[in-house]
Amino acid sequence: MATVEIKNVRKSYGPVEAIKGIDIAVQDGEFLVLLGPSGCGKSTLLRMVAGLESITGGQVVIGGRVVNDLDPKDRDIAMVFQNYALYPHMSVFDNMAYGLKIRGVPKPEIETRVAKAAEILELGRFLTRRPSQLSGGQRQRVAMGRAIVREPAAFLFDEPLSNLDAKLRTQMRIEIKRLQDRLGITSLYVTHDQVEAMTLADRILVMNHGVAEQIGTPLEVYQRPASLFVAGFIGSPPMNVLDGVIDASGQGVVMPGGALLPLPRPRPDDANRPVKLGIRPEHLTISDGLAASPILVELVEALGADTVVYGRLPDGESLLIRMAGLPSCTEGDQLSVAPQPGALHLFDAAHGRRLAD
Amino acid sequence: MQRRVIFDNKLLPYLLLAPQVAVTLVFFIWPAAQAIWQSVHIQDAFGLRSEFVWFENFTAIFTDPNYVGTLRTTAIFSVSVTALSLSVSLLLASLADSKIKGAAVYKTLLIWPYALAPAVAAVLWMFIFNPEIGSLGRLLNGWGYNWDYRLNGDQALTMVILAASWKQVSYNFIFFLAGLQAIPRSVLEAASIDGAGPVRRFWSITFPLLSPTTFFLLVVDMVYAFCETFGTIHALTHGGPGKATETLIFRVYQDGVVNNDLGGSSAQSVLLMVILIVLTTIQFRFVERKVHYS
Repeated sequence: MATVEIKNVRKSYGPVEAIKGIDIAVQDGEFLVLLGPSGCGKSTLLRMVAGLESITGGQVVIGGRVVNDLDPKDRDIAMVFQNYALYPHMSVFDNMAYGLKIRGVPKPEIETRVAKAAEILELGRFLTRRPSQLSGGQRQRVAMGRAIVREPAAFLFDEPLSNLDAKLRTQMRIEIKRLQDRLGITSLYVTHDQVEAMTLADRILVMNHGVAEQIGTPLEVYQRPASLFVAGFIGSPPMNVLDGVIDASGQGVVMPGGALLPLPRPRPDDANRPVKLGIRPEHLTISDGLAASPILVELVEALGADTVVYGRLPDGESLLIRMAGLPSCTEGDQLSVAPQPGALHLFDAAHGRRLAD
Repeated sequence: MQRRVIFDNKLLPYLLLAPQVAVTLVFFIWPAAQAIWQSVHIQDAFGLRSEFVWFENFTAIFTDPNYVGTLRTTAIFSVSVTALSLSVSLLLASLADSKIKGAAVYKTLLIWPYALAPAVAAVLWMFIFNPEIGSLGRLLNGWGYNWDYRLNGDQALTMVILAASWKQVSYNFIFFLAGLQAIPRSVLEAASIDGAGPVRRFWSITFPLLSPTTFFLLVVDMVYAFCETFGTIHALTHGGPGKATETLIFRVYQDGVVNNDLGGSSAQSVLLMVILIVLTTIQFRFVERKVHYS
């Protein structure tokens, strides 16, 4: 068990800078999720921590030791790969025992440790099987078993669930969470799936184009997205983003349709400033009044537990509304909706950063 | 999962198989049958009459003291060629599989020898090893090493082994490279995180995963060494000096075409066929067990 510090880490491929300086200190036992769209550099960052990619600049420190120039085997980490990367010619037992054998762990201890891991992961019955005789979920458990028998300082997960079907993914996600709670090993987990990020993480590092957009707990990232990118990436259906202008008094924002939304606190300094206005679909309610805007209902998706309404504002901008329960409107209806008080997110119109609350 | 194909037309499957069957019949079954037929006959020198002699040709082979020598030469030759071409090509393929500059050029160059006719390859080796005009041959003699493969049987055998292996390295290389590239990189990465160094990774991960390719090439190379090296030997040493480089296949030619003993030559080729069948069966029975097919 150890801390993992990433200090101004950079990665360039020739003139192309893939990681543009990431800083984060992962606490002992913390579960950090690296979240971002494909190509954002999250896997590269993880592979640099693992030692599978060279580090162009900055430092990776594991357990107080700078590991930049250490081989993967000397970094005391274990990694779980997206395609499991099991050794196909070895039995489940040998897959888990491989790393211990190399490290010269005595045979009886190998057997105890593998047996213990197999018990935790319910793999006891499969120890003599080959990976090809296992299902996807079982293979993923073997991959995790291989990681936990080593008792490493840190776990690295590289999209471990994305090869599984939806149901199994949910199940394995819960298992990973339980396992990490139980073992308390520092974990770095790469995913593009926001549900995995929200449910597993102690903290999320949202990445985009090689830059850390935001670092925070799942709720912070959801409640106070630091940029338009984070706002759009976290939450499903995604946040509505509208152009607005703060009115002359700094008391409210003028919506495209002319509706005036009151601000949680007055912003006299920002008077007449154009802003991007973020409203989550779940924070819109049907209401009349000053803050309400009329919308035309274009499509209604009934998901059972809740309903997503695709509406259009008078000026042509689309607006998503998520309502609890079964639909109360149909296509072609006119509704009047308003954001819940205090549910507005304001971003700078030019660079997309969140305005100070 | 294998899917069973069902044809509506009863004739179509046979038609689809026909070309392959025809090729096998014309180029394998027919000549093989003819060889068996001739192996139990003795022909006169002009090929006008032949006489059925039961297994006299075979008895003659087994009582010929020279035949043991040929068997020994063939064994040394085939094992050496197979081992040498497999190991060298595996080494080259492993090197080519790593990220290097100019990998494409390097790969292409390595494949060239395969496109050379055996006789051309032999001439090339002659230019290297000839004691009077060959670059290396002259160098060796210049250093005081008495090199002349036309007089020294061991040297001649070494040279044909080198030349024959060199021809086969290209072929093996392509298959090994393809095999190596089929191994998921993440499996090797997992092994390096598990603590395995490059050598250990190779022997405990890469080599076992490559075993289907290696086994296939083992069988192919063995057959190559037994049968397809005739041209190389013929052009380089004519089986000499003495009988130092006379392998079974070369002797089949020597006795049949040069010495006009068609019956004896056929009996030898039948024996050669039996030896290859036995060897291949052994390989499939005992070596293939250790092969991992994913």
